Amino acid sequence: MINQTIATPPGAVWLAAETGGTASSAAWGCWLVIALPLVSAALLLLAGRRADKWGHLLGVAAPAVAFCLGVWAFFDLLGRPAAERVQDFELFQWIPGGVFDLGFGLRVDQLSLTFVLLVTFVGTLIHIYSVAYMAHDPARRRFFAYLNLFVAAMLLLVLADSYLVLFVGWEGVGLASYLLIGFWNQRLDYAVAAKKAFVANRVGDFGMLVAMMVMFTQFHSVKFDEVFSFASWASPTTLTVIALALLLAACGKSAQFPLQSWLGDAMAGPTPVSALIHAATMVTAGVYLVVRSGPIFEAAPHARLVVLIVGAITLLYGAIVGCAKDDMKKALAASTMSQIGYMMLAAGLGPVGAVFAIMHLVTHGFFKAGMFLGAGSVMHAMRDQVDMRRFGHLDKFMKITWLTFMMGWLAILGVPPFAGFFSKDKIIEQAFVAPDGQVWQAWVFGSVALLGAGLTAFYMSRLFFMVFHGKARWSDEQHPHESPALMTVPMIVLALGSVFLGLILTLAGFDDFLAGALAEGHHGEPVLNAYLIMGATFALVVAGAWIAWRRFGAASATVPVLPPAVDGLIRAARADLYQDTVNHALLVRPGQALVRGAVRADTGVVDGAVRGLAWLLQSVGAVLARLQNGFVRSYAATMLAGVILLTAIVLAVWI
Amino acid sequence: MSAGTVLAATPVIQIEWGSLLPVAVVLGGAVISVLVEAFTPPRARRAVQVPLAFAAVAVAGLAALDMAMAPVESSDGAAGGAVTVDPMTMYLQLAIAVSALLGLLVIADRTVQGEDAFAPQASAAPGSEYEEQTRKAGLTQTDVFPLVLFATGGMMLLIAAGDLITLFVALEVLSLPLYLLAGMARHRRLLSQEASLKYFLLGALASAFFLFGAAWVYGATGALKLVEIGAAIADGAGLDPVLLVGVVLILVGLLFKVGAAPFHSWTPDVYQGAPTPITGFMAACTKIAAFGALLRLLYTLAPSLNWDLTPVLWTVSILTMLVGTVIGLVQRDVKRLMAYSAIAHTGFILTGVASFTQDGLSGALFYLFTYGIATVGAFGVIALVREVDPEGHMRGEATGLDQWRGLGRRSPLAAGAFTVFLLSFAGIPLTAGFVAKFAVFGAAFGAGGVALGVVGLACSAAAAFFYARVIVAMFFEDASFGLGALLEGGAAVPKGGLGIAVRTLGLTQIAVAVALVFTLMFGVLPGWFLGFTDELSFLLLS
Repeated sequence: MINQTIATPPGAVWLAAETGGTASSAAWGCWLVIALPLVSAALLLLAGRRADKWGHLLGVAAPAVAFCLGVWAFFDLLGRPAAERVQDFELFQWIPGGVFDLGFGLRVDQLSLTFVLLVTFVGTLIHIYSVAYMAHDPARRRFFAYLNLFVAAMLLLVLADSYLVLFVGWEGVGLASYLLIGFWNQRLDYAVAAKKAFVANRVGDFGMLVAMMVMFTQFHSVKFDEVFSFASWASPTTLTVIALALLLAACGKSAQFPLQSWLGDAMAGPTPVSALIHAATMVTAGVYLVVRSGPIFEAAPHARLVVLIVGAITLLYGAIVGCAKDDMKKALAASTMSQIGYMMLAAGLGPVGAVFAIMHLVTHGFFKAGMFLGAGSVMHAMRDQVDMRRFGHLDKFMKITWLTFMMGWLAILGVPPFAGFFSKDKIIEQAFVAPDGQVWQAWVFGSVALLGAGLTAFYMSRLFFMVFHGKARWSDEQHPHESPALMTVPMIVLALGSVFLGLILTLAGFDDFLAGALAEGHHGEPVLNAYLIMGATFALVVAGAWIAWRRFGAASATVPVLPPAVDGLIRAARADLYQDTVNHALLVRPGQALVRGAVRADTGVVDGAVRGLAWLLQSVGAVLARLQNGFVRSYAATMLAGVILLTAIVLAVWI
Repeated sequence: MSAGTVLAATPVIQIEWGSLLPVAVVLGGAVISVLVEAFTPPRARRAVQVPLAFAAVAVAGLAALDMAMAPVESSDGAAGGAVTVDPMTMYLQLAIAVSALLGLLVIADRTVQGEDAFAPQASAAPGSEYEEQTRKAGLTQTDVFPLVLFATGGMMLLIAAGDLITLFVALEVLSLPLYLLAGMARHRRLLSQEASLKYFLLGALASAFFLFGAAWVYGATGALKLVEIGAAIADGAGLDPVLLVGVVLILVGLLFKVGAAPFHSWTPDVYQGAPTPITGFMAACTKIAAFGALLRLLYTLAPSLNWDLTPVLWTVSILTMLVGTVIGLVQRDVKRLMAYSAIAHTGFILTGVASFTQDGLSGALFYLFTYGIATVGAFGVIALVREVDPEGHMRGEATGLDQWRGLGRRSPLAAGAFTVFLLSFAGIPLTAGFVAKFAVFGAAFGAGGVALGVVGLACSAAAAFFYARVIVAMFFEDASFGLGALLEGGAAVPKGGLGIAVRTLGLTQIAVAVALVFTLMFGVLPGWFLGFTDELSFLLLS
């Protein structure tokens, strides 16, 4: 037996790998989609300074070609009958044998290809933008290497066919985002921000690992199709534990309550990073995870309720914080958090809501990335100023930025027929549908979603008016000017998406297309008339925008350059609703105390115990006591205590 | 049954030399090595000792490999059952041989100036005139090679030991050379000698517990062979508290060697004080050997004792993981940090051991080998990174974390390799460490040890922080203009000077490269190797 095992060369495992049979050549092309940016990243890192001249071109080409491959795979998928659109195929047996039977494989279906197209398309645009944005950074090549690494990891995450492969991508995007947030590591606050993101992500990873371990012990598999087939008969407790652990992971990655604190600080990274990672793609990975794990959440109604609650809290939390932020990027980050809250809420509503969660995710990817790029363009023009109180009246100087930002603004407000209208309004409508006959849930979550729409309109309008309208409040040293074409073209493309994408997706039947990859869902009727909801939403949006206009945009409005003294709620919102204080009190301080306690126990307590013991030993024999000098005696005492402890345990068990 | 009748029952002990080849070759090599030390002129010693040591370990490894390929059918073992000959023995002997070879590469290496990691004369008082003279005379220590060979031989015997006496003798054969080796560091001699003394005293204590336990077990069962003890327990002696306490005391002796809490106290001091190449050798090989003995002991007695021992192992495992992780978080010295990391990993391996299932055993065997290899590699890098003071003089190893700042700029290859090892220790996917952790935690969950698994996952998540801190220090903090400098008020150059990888003969680099390849290979394609450990555990349990 042993003999054979050794004699089998590793290569044989590659040959023996199952090919899955039905996978088409286009589906196989998805390997290339991941491999291209990965190889490009490796080349850029290994080539060193020699590649400084052409590195950014390679960096742009990799996601662009990957996008083309994605389009090919997409049309290949469309050409298949609806029943054969979900394709799993395996490249090699990663951990074979025994109870671990894990292949390293991909799942190509409607959901994963939607993400592939989003990530590579928006990714390519942001790469192009970065060529100009990072033009003066000596380490631009390295920056592109990290961006490519991120794209590769993100694609692996969404294309994985098992939780374990997903986890590889999951850690990969975490690593890349860590590298990119801390890219300008010479500055203290940036390095601290990178650390904070690391902490939140580790908490999330813990959730992911627990989920995998439980799946593994209960179902002996972490492959999507096998786990989901078990989900129909596994015990509700098991499924709830798995679902909650997955939710914890999703919260860490997607900056959802209570792991939301890192996103605002992550804005310290370069702006294209914020656009790609902290708006369009990585932070939505949590939503992807929940939607992908739909069958588990379907069978665990309690966990689904928690998803709804987390989504609702986060969407309000982000909106409230967004209302008080003066830092343009942090306001956008709060908005991202809030919008992902919407997606999470929708994902918690079941398969029908999940479709709109993904649709909002796609449209949000366009308009929010567009607005971040716009913010980057403003910073580029204003010498990296981010304080909105020192902007104003920029519409005259940066026409393209202003117009493209306006498209994003109208889209996020949900003004028809802009993109956000088709996705966000649907989520609000779905939130008013009573799940499993629980009418109170429909009212609570529906109202929260509705209120969120009004708040969104207020803070986004506030941001838009403070930056582009009102009186000019910048200093004489700043000379606002439009950005170069390399930056404006991606902004224009994203703005076009912000205008038309919602309409296109709706007309093209995106919801039916995507539903093929998700579980069966039943359409329920909202507790309010759908048109009434739409009307109420629109009224709240207009009201929010109007208040913002009166206070920040109109000719009569005065925006003080220094933040005025305000009441408690706004102060709290400015301080991110005291999230850092809470985190510090709940996590950091007990953690420090634990460490201190452990260190003290290791030296102090034991030493104290030893003094007593030494006295005992002295009375037993002076010779013995004299041998026990220095720290060795305390070590020996620890051992003795350990022996006594273990003996006591074994005897206690015996009795 | 008294001892007399045991001896009478086996009047002639057959020694099957073939089965004992790995141990015999290494110990034989050690004896020759001592003779070389006595009869060769000092200048020529190194040239003889280094090839001799490599040859002895390599031949032993090949012999073990050969036997693993064609396992001996008899299950009675060699030397009248004192030595067990089964696939697990061969596998672990092979693992020790591979780790020891890599360790020897680091031990035998010296800088281009001809300086190795060991004191020129271990007998010279630190800082004395005599020591200075020996240093100037360019004397080098070659005693380390026979000592390392003796230790390696002891380790190989330990995992094969079939009775308590052999187990004890092997334990001492491996320990005594290590006590000496720990005190031989060229730089920071006092710290090194202190470590040596502590290790010796505490090791003696642990041995005493072991011997005491062996006596109790003999008293309870009248047997010394593990198989016979197992049989005696199955016959009804399992309910005897004398036996239980005896087994626990034996376990203490082995748990001390693997550095499990609360028997871990020596680890940080010894890891820090010992010459770095020795730390790497010891950390990898001793852990494999002692865990091997622990596994054999537990799994031979397991069928009848696991219910009684499980709570003990759970306690030790959880305590070990917590101590290693929590205290590791505040370390500022790379070697001490690696010591607490080693403690935490002992806890992780114990979760697999405590599951008492085939999966757990298989996971633990996989973990031991991959961890051992990565550890030798990591300490190889630490051995390379030396202090350079502002005048450009090279001094001892730079182990302060602040000295490692910006190492990624100064020595990108060393820092890059160290990063891979750290990622593996942290259990990041596509490294061997991830697969290993997945295997042991999966086994723990599978055997109903949910608490054990959850503590393990939480600890491994938390432990990632201290690994990440080293990575951050190496790549994200430029020592001249970085986070640390800003925090500490512009003190750009840390005390003792910055660390930088020195140029050596290149042996350490080979060891690090091999360890790197193993770590990545077993992360990406662990399949055939996991299948192999699965087979081994199946054979051991059937």
